[in-house]
Amino acid sequence: MELIAINFTKRGDIRVKTKTFKQGIHPKYNKDLTNSKPLEKANLPKEVTLYLDQHIGSPAKAIVEAGDKVKLGDKVGESTGFISANLHASISGEITAIEERRDSIVIKIKGSEGEQWQVDNPEKNLEDISAEEIREIIKEAGIVGLGGAAFPSHVKVSTDGKEVNQVILNGAECEPYLTVDHRTMLEQASEVIYGLKALMKSAGAKEGYIGVEVNKMDAINKLEEVSQKDSNINIIPLEVKYPQGGEKQLIKAILDKEVPSGGLPLDIGVVVNNVGTAVAVTEAINYGKPLIERGLTVTGAVNNPQNLIVRIGTPIRDLIEECGGFKGEPGKIILGGPMTGQAQSSLDVGVSKGTSGILVLSKDEIEDYKDPRPCIRCARCIDGCPAKLMPTALANLAKNDDVEGLEKYNVLDCIECGSCTYVCPANIDLLDWIRIGKAKVEAKRREN
Amino acid sequence: MKNKVDLTVSSGPHMTSGESIERIMYTVILALVPAMLASIYYFDTMAVGLIVACSLGAIGTEFISQKLRGVPVTIGDGSALLTGILLALTLPPTLPIWMAVLGSIVAIALGKHVFGGLGYNIFNPALVGRAFVGVAYTEAITNMVPPVGMPVILTEILPMDGIRESLGVVDIVSSATPLAEEGIGIMNMFVGRTGGSLGETSALALILGGLYLLYKGYIDWRIPVGYLGSVAVLTTLLGSQGPLFHLFAGGLMLGAFFMATDMVTSPVTKKGRWIFGIGCGIILVIIRLYGNYAEGVLFSILLMNMFVPIIDKYTLPRVFGEVRANG
Ligand code: SF4
Ligand code: SF4
Repeated sequence: MELIAINFTKRGDIRVKTKTFKQGIHPKYNKDLTNSKPLEKANLPKEVTLYLDQHIGSPAKAIVEAGDKVKLGDKVGESTGFISANLHASISGEITAIEERRDSIVIKIKGSEGEQWQVDNPEKNLEDISAEEIREIIKEAGIVGLGGAAFPSHVKVSTDGKEVNQVILNGAECEPYLTVDHRTMLEQASEVIYGLKALMKSAGAKEGYIGVEVNKMDAINKLEEVSQKDSNINIIPLEVKYPQGGEKQLIKAILDKEVPSGGLPLDIGVVVNNVGTAVAVTEAINYGKPLIERGLTVTGAVNNPQNLIVRIGTPIRDLIEECGGFKGEPGKIILGGPMTGQAQSSLDVGVSKGTSGILVLSKDEIEDYKDPRPCIRCARCIDGCPAKLMPTALANLAKNDDVEGLEKYNVLDCIECGSCTYVCPANIDLLDWIRIGKAKVEAKRREN
Repeated sequence: MKNKVDLTVSSGPHMTSGESIERIMYTVILALVPAMLASIYYFDTMAVGLIVACSLGAIGTEFISQKLRGVPVTIGDGSALLTGILLALTLPPTLPIWMAVLGSIVAIALGKHVFGGLGYNIFNPALVGRAFVGVAYTEAITNMVPPVGMPVILTEILPMDGIRESLGVVDIVSSATPLAEEGIGIMNMFVGRTGGSLGETSALALILGGLYLLYKGYIDWRIPVGYLGSVAVLTTLLGSQGPLFHLFAGGLMLGAFFMATDMVTSPVTKKGRWIFGIGCGIILVIIRLYGNYAEGVLFSILLMNMFVPIIDKYTLPRVFGEVRANG
């Protein structure tokens, strides 16, 4: 049997027993820009841009027309299948356009007066709601995974007859720079625990876990305190290592179980959700609140980095401005974190449900493109790969168009964490090549 | 805030570790500084001459080879310099400079560029150069000089050829390679008061450098541990001179910490590195105990270099979540 690594991390004078997965890397974290800044509500946007395809699965269908008046929380896009999600108006106002942009359709709403969702209902007793009802509430509220993948949450708890034993909340937040999950766990600990219980109930799981990296000891302590009475909920301190929050890595660390190659957590009876998603579930159950806003970290080369709760669809321009504007000349704007986030070409993009952060890197920070050198076989990429692949071999196979080789070397097990590219001293864009390799294998499988 | 910003759009990750080939090469060179200083301490200007000559020879050959091949010239990345220094450290101080330069030319041209340059070579280039010198000038290379106790300060600048003649002060005693000799104190071998090639004399200096590289994560401990460990075990069981003699004799420390660990020419898998290190150890012991060569480090590593592609192929790690029939 392969044992998971158990380490001790020194925090002040206490030694905390931490769990982790094998391999992985230690990037520069840069979390101190925002980790002590409380979550604050961002200014309400005057206009929002809502993408109908901002979740994984089939895009929602617009059920409004230009000129329609909508109120905060009205459904504007309807889910079009099992793996799909509803979309709601994140401000009150008038639909100004439904337009096609590149390959997605957007709904634009212009609003005037600000309005907050009413959140003063008492907490509902979970005993009084059925698993089926919870799933329905999650689905209706358009909740998707807030960790970044934006996978519809009701699908995850629709266990389809499969037995689920554990629900894990992902509070690892292993992406450098991002601190919104940290603040959420610290400031909304009871909502996190309530949401976890709701997810456990809807999935029929008996045990709940929250995995948190030990660079957030205050959050760990707070969650412990709030969940003291719940013997079936465990807060697990995790080693600070990237990608600790990868779904499969998290499960390995906490339960010492491996999701089979090509399989899903559900195959081994596990459901994983982000801590922010749990809060959204809590708010949907107690206040009937659809997913109209989310927390995110605005950080990097801005004058006043912050953790903000923002309306879905808010243009990133507004948020950067609210954080004091650019510090120096901006070179790259990334939605998400620096390892897996997407670089943007425009400031007009609206925040979507999966946006966990807005990271600005200044011109000086984005390293000048360095020409790739030959692989010197240093094995850093191999030693770091959390999926235990051979990134250097995969990149070569992709270059040589060797689809059989790519399959033999399990290219599809790559979780696209970017660790290989991060560590390569020869500046090889390993992940880019591996993505190409994955596409080649997938294309071949579709043909057959 | 400006309306138009000039943004770079590229795929992630958007950060890198800042690690580079240059940094790796120069760190290894830094780790060789103690060994170089020790060789200069014991062999004085003869050592300086060889190190400088091999380095310049290697860098010059790299430059010419890259020009001829029409590939970017990367002589600043430290890899040719490292090969030159490593080669120098395997040579006896009395070796004529021109032979050393020829060795460095062979190391880079035949050991590296024939295969396609950095990253593509199968054999450790420095050892290819050393093998060439050993085969071509067998007599010159087996001339071992016991080092002087104190550095000799030459009061006049001598032409390279002249240095050797003038070294009457150093009391040259040509002798057979010390490996064939009995009765050299282990302590002397450890600190460096034995004859041998430049870098073979002081195990202490080499171990210091090796530990530094281990600490920096630039070499994998499995290779030196596998190599030295198997030599220790096998010579305890089979040898007459005991493991300590064998560990500190010849170029084993240099080989175990700096040659066998060369990234390009050793396996990339962890299991593979064990096999590689232990394989080197076994071959070395066979050569030393049963062969004619007094010095087996060179051939043990070159031979194992040949097996690296096969070792890598058969030691692929189990992919996360992969279920293997016999795993
Ligand atoms: S190969 Fe894939 S999983 Fe492995 S380090 Fe690279 S991106 Fe991550
Ligand atoms: S990290 Fe880069 S240089 Fe090192 S083995 Fe991987 S691809 Fe080669």
